[in-house]
Amino acid sequence: MSGALTPGFADPVADAQSCFRAVLDAMAHPGRVYRLPSLIPPAPLCAAAAAVVLTLVDQDAPLSLDPALATAQSWITFHTGVSIVAASDADFVLARSLPDPTQLSNGADEAPEESATVILQVASLTSGARYQLAGPGLRTPSVLTVDGLPADFVARWAANHALFPRGVDLILCAGETLAALPRSVMIGAL
Amino acid sequence: MIEQIPTAQAPRRRWMAVLARAGAADIAAHLADCGTLPPHTIIRGPEDGLVMVRGRIGGGGGAFNLGEMTVTRCSVHLEGGTIGHAYVTGRDRRQAELAALADALMQLPSWNPIIETRVIAPLEQAQETARVARATKAATTQVQFFAMQTTRS
Repeated sequence: MSGALTPGFADPVADAQSCFRAVLDAMAHPGRVYRLPSLIPPAPLCAAAAAVVLTLVDQDAPLSLDPALATAQSWITFHTGVSIVAASDADFVLARSLPDPTQLSNGADEAPEESATVILQVASLTSGARYQLAGPGLRTPSVLTVDGLPADFVARWAANHALFPRGVDLILCAGETLAALPRSVMIGAL
Repeated sequence: MIEQIPTAQAPRRRWMAVLARAGAADIAAHLADCGTLPPHTIIRGPEDGLVMVRGRIGGGGGAFNLGEMTVTRCSVHLEGGTIGHAYVTGRDRRQAELAALADALMQLPSWNPIIETRVIAPLEQAQETARVARATKAATTQVQFFAMQTTRS
């Protein structure tokens, strides 16, 4: 066991509940940015991604970990008891660069809830490329600004959206903030 | 299945068992004899939960779920990076934290002899005395079926 272990949530029950609420609201309001309870995660994991992992992942929900975040593995497994698996078998995928959605579990038409959720750590949710979002949860199209998505993100997302009701959901985390892009949302470049 | 404990872990297994059996007040009283302890931060817990105790009858039966047991666990971190863990039965959070602290200190060469002689050894001695006293008391009520044994042979 390495000496890098640091505490998880200061108040495990209340903080996990408020983080869960934030993820729920973010999924219901695609593109809206939410702030999470503060947490000191091991570098290079950002606070929001760490909080989402602590909240959603446990021994029954296997996680796939980006090699770029491997130094955080002992912290994640210590606090959640999760097993780290290959991306194709994972319920949750924690990454710093967007994985290829076709390599992930997309669920089945009879059981779309079995698809993977990607927790993507990006540089910023306040600066960078602008995307127009439309779809369920958005009365009028809204704009999300993200720094850290690949250049061909709109095309890749369109392929994912076309799979509906199958497809992966995306949670974007930067610093202490998060925004979610459920598979139902349509994204266009601005 | 009896798990093989690596020999390198055997001493730690012993002191963690002693700490798990000792009460919070006893551990605190003995730790108070050790001078000023280094500061520690809690990285998990103390939190209580349930574990399923499994057992089997004889040496050859299949394992079955015997019942659930309340367990409290705690992990602490010392400044040098040493991490101590404790799993204790019951819901005594103070005991779990003190046991984890003692476990962390026992891993430090500078603290190991102090904690060993002033905490672990006295606690182990007291537990052994209590065990012998209990066994002796129970032994007085043991019924020896000499007659049946004699008849049978």
